[in-house]
Amino acid sequence: MTDSKEELNMLVRRYLSKTPKALLGMALGAAIGAGAFTAGTASADEQVIPSLVYRTGPYAPGGISLADGFADYFNLINERDGGINGVKLKVVECETGYNTDRGVECYDRTKNEGSGATFYSPWSTGITYALIEKATQDKIPILSMGYGRTSAADGRYFPYVFNFPSTYWNQATAIVQYIADQEGGVDKLKGKNFAYIYLDHPYGKEPLPTLDILAQKFGFAFDRYPVPPASMTEQKSIWLKIRRQRPDYAIMWGWGAMNGTAVNEAASIKFPMDHFIGNWWAAGEDAVEAAGDGAVGYKAANFHGAGADYPLYQDLKKYIYDTGKFAGKGDQWGRVLYNRGLSNAIVAVEAIRAAQAKYGNRVITGEEMQWALENLNMTDDDIAKLGATGLTPAVQVTCQNHEGQNPAVLIQQWNGSEYEIISDWVPAMSDLTRPLIEQDAEAYAAEQGLQPRSCS
Amino acid sequence: MIYREAGQFKTSYAADQQMLPIPMDRWFVIAVVVFAAVVVPLIGSQYWLESILIPVLILSIAALGLNILTGYAGQLSLGTGGFMAAGAYMSYKVATNMPDFMPVWVPVLIGGLFAAGIGIVFGLPSLRIKGFYLAVATLAAQFFLIWLFQAVPWFVNDSLSGVPSTPPMAILGYKVTGAEAQPEPKYLFVLAFTIVLAIVARNMARSRIGRSWMAIRDMDIAAELIGIQPLWTKLSAFAISSFYCGVAGALWSFCYINSVEPTAFSINRSFQILFMVIIGGLGSVLGSFLGAAFIFLLPIFLNNVPAWFGLELATDIVTHIEFMVFGGAIIFFLIVEPHGLARLWQIAKEKLRLWPFPH
Repeated sequence: MTDSKEELNMLVRRYLSKTPKALLGMALGAAIGAGAFTAGTASADEQVIPSLVYRTGPYAPGGISLADGFADYFNLINERDGGINGVKLKVVECETGYNTDRGVECYDRTKNEGSGATFYSPWSTGITYALIEKATQDKIPILSMGYGRTSAADGRYFPYVFNFPSTYWNQATAIVQYIADQEGGVDKLKGKNFAYIYLDHPYGKEPLPTLDILAQKFGFAFDRYPVPPASMTEQKSIWLKIRRQRPDYAIMWGWGAMNGTAVNEAASIKFPMDHFIGNWWAAGEDAVEAAGDGAVGYKAANFHGAGADYPLYQDLKKYIYDTGKFAGKGDQWGRVLYNRGLSNAIVAVEAIRAAQAKYGNRVITGEEMQWALENLNMTDDDIAKLGATGLTPAVQVTCQNHEGQNPAVLIQQWNGSEYEIISDWVPAMSDLTRPLIEQDAEAYAAEQGLQPRSCS
Repeated sequence: MIYREAGQFKTSYAADQQMLPIPMDRWFVIAVVVFAAVVVPLIGSQYWLESILIPVLILSIAALGLNILTGYAGQLSLGTGGFMAAGAYMSYKVATNMPDFMPVWVPVLIGGLFAAGIGIVFGLPSLRIKGFYLAVATLAAQFFLIWLFQAVPWFVNDSLSGVPSTPPMAILGYKVTGAEAQPEPKYLFVLAFTIVLAIVARNMARSRIGRSWMAIRDMDIAAELIGIQPLWTKLSAFAISSFYCGVAGALWSFCYINSVEPTAFSINRSFQILFMVIIGGLGSVLGSFLGAAFIFLLPIFLNNVPAWFGLELATDIVTHIEFMVFGGAIIFFLIVEPHGLARLWQIAKEKLRLWPFPH
């Protein structure tokens, strides 16, 4: 008995020693094949907030700030208030690296976590596009504040997508409006020449049709300077051309490493920085820090406040930073994109509160969140109570209009150490963009075979 | 003992020339296909079907395509992403403009044919240049095609955003594209394409056309001397390879990400598929599947591991660990088994001949 056992053992050992590679392959195959790829760490009585982040990769400088601000505010609500009416919030992060396919995988992985995802903030236009139909089908709202699909502002066709407080198209009109204000009226735009520097990507090309219309209407001209995503940091030739053309203003739609390079190159050709205006994704500290003193005067649009001078930050300091409960390294304090993460989370928390007021103080579903976002009405008084006056804009959403009633931007300027808000809210020309939005939404609906829902 | 190749006597040409002449292989493959087509849709969760299996199958088609070109015909290509984009954009264009009675697979195939035509054009330089120089020429295809589809609004029906969503389409009343589609029909739709294309690839590889590819790959001058035309052989490899990539690109847009997005077909995609072919095994149909599964699933698997053990690591640390382990695994595999995962399978079969009693 023992003999045969030993013999068998010997056989097994010999077999193992002879087939390491084959075994390894099979073991790996089995390991990949085994086990479900979902991990349930959230319990059913928590409100699950999935956060699709990119803390790694070429877009991480912006992604880390966004993700930290987003997570810190929800943690603050947990720590300070014990959740929303007793319902704790659970942020579930999933790394996308800004890749669309990983974003879709993250969505599928997190949507059934705990009692189900409340809403999604994809922080990427590409991922937003990929998720619009999926999320609509799953009845989970997408809150793409200031990015994503512009025509989703038409709530008749995009019930589950929200892009308030403003879209790219309206932002473009607001920037042109700001320039007009600087020059002393829209009639002064006639004959002016602008440079439009943009990431050659759907995101950067989004405002082109709007700019064409504005140029025609107001009689200015603009040159296009696309920056290929693969070589974002090589812009010498572009800025040499700009130097020869001497445009009156430069407008930029940049993201990631492109922003810092552009500001640096602009400084090196001595372009007047106060005539260089970035959009709100070119509004971070990463755009200006590399250029040093050369960047002083650089302007950018924004839809929320800059800096840390808000009452809310005192609570953040007391409950999150002093107790070490911050997300990431805790070094994003007061940065522009950190504030954007905060602003996004503030809106979400107020929407959850509104949904609880209607459906009861419990974990709310995606469908209930959709109702809350669609009927969201955050007034200046509400925002003041949160200690966030100036940090996040007042917004009113309707079934028809998911962009909010008063799309407008603030203009901020870099003074060498921080951004200062230098303008009042500059209103967008929404009477001009709304027909475009509806036209694009209708074209989408025709392709998809969608009927508009009734908003009355 | 269990797996035997000896003692197989064929009494007819048909039996001798069938695709899988060894009954054991044949039954195994049939069992796998039946399992994939019948059991998997029944037991698979939505996450498994939509986020794991569908992308792996689609990438397997693309890897098959590149394997035809690089593995069988020996022409190195870095234009896979561009050819996938060609298929995706063209099938979108056809799908949104075709009459309703046309079945859903028509735009996918037309997308593939369009990609094949583009593949022929970009394959022309292969008649004169070889190796790394050809790789650079196909790199031009990658950049040119992506630029073309972004620069010409005709391809996206003048959509203002340039990232159109794919329209929902149905087969026999079941939606297979778009988000409303249930995961099961969608999965079966992709699986059907994969099975048909894999069988065709396998048969091409062992027929006249495949043998002429391999002759050109192994020594083009000798191949020419025995009467194989390099022009026709190389261009057919480019055309068929691009057809596979085009179909994969169309399916990627229609059945996975639901939008036609240029960044999904960037240069990174081309490299990803090249790695799949290298890791899986050059010149092997099985290798295309193993490579696609390995390269696509291992990062997701690694990303999930800490959560299974209840470790609450920060997201960026998990991702950095994923990068390190993934990179290490690739180098390890290339050192231990430079011929790819398909070779491992072969070794396993050889061992199984003797198992459980090795000498």
